[in-house]
Amino acid sequence: MGIAESILLTIATAATPLLIAALGELVVERSGVLNLGVEGMMVMGAVCGFVAAALTGSPWLGVLAAIVVGALFSLLFGFLTLSVATNQVATGLSLTLLGLGLSGMIGEGFVGQAGQKLPSLYIPGLSDLPLVGRLVFGQDPIFYMSIALTVGIMWFLFRTRAGLTLRSIGDNHASAHALGIPVIAYRYLAVMFGGACAGLAGAHLSLVYTPQWVENMTAGRGWIALALVVFASWRPLRVLAGAYLFGAVTIGQIHVQALGYGIPSQLLSSLPYLATIVVLVLISRNRRLTMMNTPASLGRAFVPDR
Amino acid sequence: MRVELIKRPQQSALFSAVSPFIALALTLVAGAIMFSLLGKSPLDALYYYFIDPLREVWSLHELAIKAAPLILIAVGLAVCYLSNNWNIGAEGQFIIGAMAGSILPIIFPDFQGWYVLPLMLLMGIAGGAAYGAIPALLKVRFNTNEILTSLMLVYVAQLFLDWMVRGPWRNPEGNNFPETRRFHVDAILPEILPSSGRANLGFVFAILAAIVVWFLVTRTLKGFEVRVLGSSPRAGRFAGFSAKKMVFFAFMLSGGLAGLAGISEVSGAIGQLRPVISPGYGFAAIIVAFLGRLNPLGIIASGLILALTYLGGEAAQISLGLSDKVVRVFQGMLLFFVLGCDTLIHYRVRLVGFGAKPAVEGA
Repeated sequence: MGIAESILLTIATAATPLLIAALGELVVERSGVLNLGVEGMMVMGAVCGFVAAALTGSPWLGVLAAIVVGALFSLLFGFLTLSVATNQVATGLSLTLLGLGLSGMIGEGFVGQAGQKLPSLYIPGLSDLPLVGRLVFGQDPIFYMSIALTVGIMWFLFRTRAGLTLRSIGDNHASAHALGIPVIAYRYLAVMFGGACAGLAGAHLSLVYTPQWVENMTAGRGWIALALVVFASWRPLRVLAGAYLFGAVTIGQIHVQALGYGIPSQLLSSLPYLATIVVLVLISRNRRLTMMNTPASLGRAFVPDR
Repeated sequence: MRVELIKRPQQSALFSAVSPFIALALTLVAGAIMFSLLGKSPLDALYYYFIDPLREVWSLHELAIKAAPLILIAVGLAVCYLSNNWNIGAEGQFIIGAMAGSILPIIFPDFQGWYVLPLMLLMGIAGGAAYGAIPALLKVRFNTNEILTSLMLVYVAQLFLDWMVRGPWRNPEGNNFPETRRFHVDAILPEILPSSGRANLGFVFAILAAIVVWFLVTRTLKGFEVRVLGSSPRAGRFAGFSAKKMVFFAFMLSGGLAGLAGISEVSGAIGQLRPVISPGYGFAAIIVAFLGRLNPLGIIASGLILALTYLGGEAAQISLGLSDKVVRVFQGMLLFFVLGCDTLIHYRVRLVGFGAKPAVEGA
């Protein structure tokens, strides 16, 4: 395998969790809910995926556990913001704080244990093809899920009636309610979908990317995923592009670190975070683009008047 | 079963006062359940968490040491949140403030005298305020979401501190340990009552800051501006208030206070810079701010409570072998309950069974 091929492979591995978490959050935000708890749900998915895989011996059950835990954990946020109409920013933050705390407690006995790795796909013949073989036919299963999710969400949001309804709720929840659309129910489902995606993204970290549990192993990826949604102006295909851009930055800085060059490693490690800021600035300075694409009800609590 | 909210015509004065206490009580109950799930006696655990640290004078000093940064940061955050500016990067402003103030004792160790400490404190405030001004500038100038930028800057600050402490600022006589030289005597924050414990002037700063900001928010025009722009930007514009200036004001005030907390922590409790100087004060302070209902005087009380959880966590770890990770779970639960209970101020809550379906629903 050539160097270029292996770099592309690792970029895909670094981009996949960002892509999945950001896609989930995109659906949540399209429904008008801003869930800042992505980091917390992701780290819960990572720890529960790892623990479940370690206890059952099956990485697949780990993935399943991460998805379920992510969705259940997001319900905490859903109940407070949707049923009790709390401030979404503050509640999302508290979901992240709680997730980081809980995951540390759950994973305490598992730090340093060798983990289960989700096996990569291998199709005899196809996976051995030169150049594209490993890239297209030899990735980990969650990579294929992330691509399927991208396509599926595009189809759902822009080609189905339910997707149209979801977007209308995000743009004007009062009108949607007046039309008889169950706003809160849609939003619950969206929030749970976002939680499941964040959980899956976390499982990718602890079962594929680095198969082990380290406290705070998400290292801000949940927040970068949130930034990606803004960067992508709430469009799935642009989330894909953005995730791979960030994957490339992450992998690029790791390779430069390995080569030395005398650049402090901490400076290089901060590149993904700095890149997030730069990218956010570049996108948001175009006020028209942001105004046109931001779901108009984003972050506003909705209490149906009866 | 479903929860139904009915808007109150006016905020409930009763629930404004008691909602933090309901939240605390619920957190204690949830905590007791969690401890019994972990196989510990809930009463013992709660005792070590909330009573044991209060029994000795030296321990009260430790409480003041932990509470000082929490109160300082939270008071600034309250102004931010009241004005609807979401600064969640106080942890980064804390670190940069600590580093800016530490320049004097680390780079110029021979520069000594009574004036060193005041200069350090001013530099700490300036450093934190400058770091807080970055998300403010990006928000005002480029319309960039301040939540994400202020948080990203936390990671950048942590890595920057790590680099400086392991690299350029490492103690030349320190056997390669990742720490800076120890601060000289003139750069150490004095203790309040050295005979009974370690508590330093940082706690005095925290109380002063809380009182000053309380006066600012409740008794001055600037405070009125903060609240008007926070609750209704449109009304604020009609009143001639500048939302842009408010962004800078809020971020630089909270950044400056976080910076003061940072330099007070390193020149008081720690006495040098290390790769990690905060057990997450910047994030715990968000909880403190909300538990204090964004009121600076309430924040003094809530800061002490959160500080108690840190001390209690240590006590429970030593006495019961409870993991120190439990503290953060506790703090996270507390914020959830606080936010949930605040709803009682604005709404009456009714539980509706499945049977009773309002006529409006069902398309």
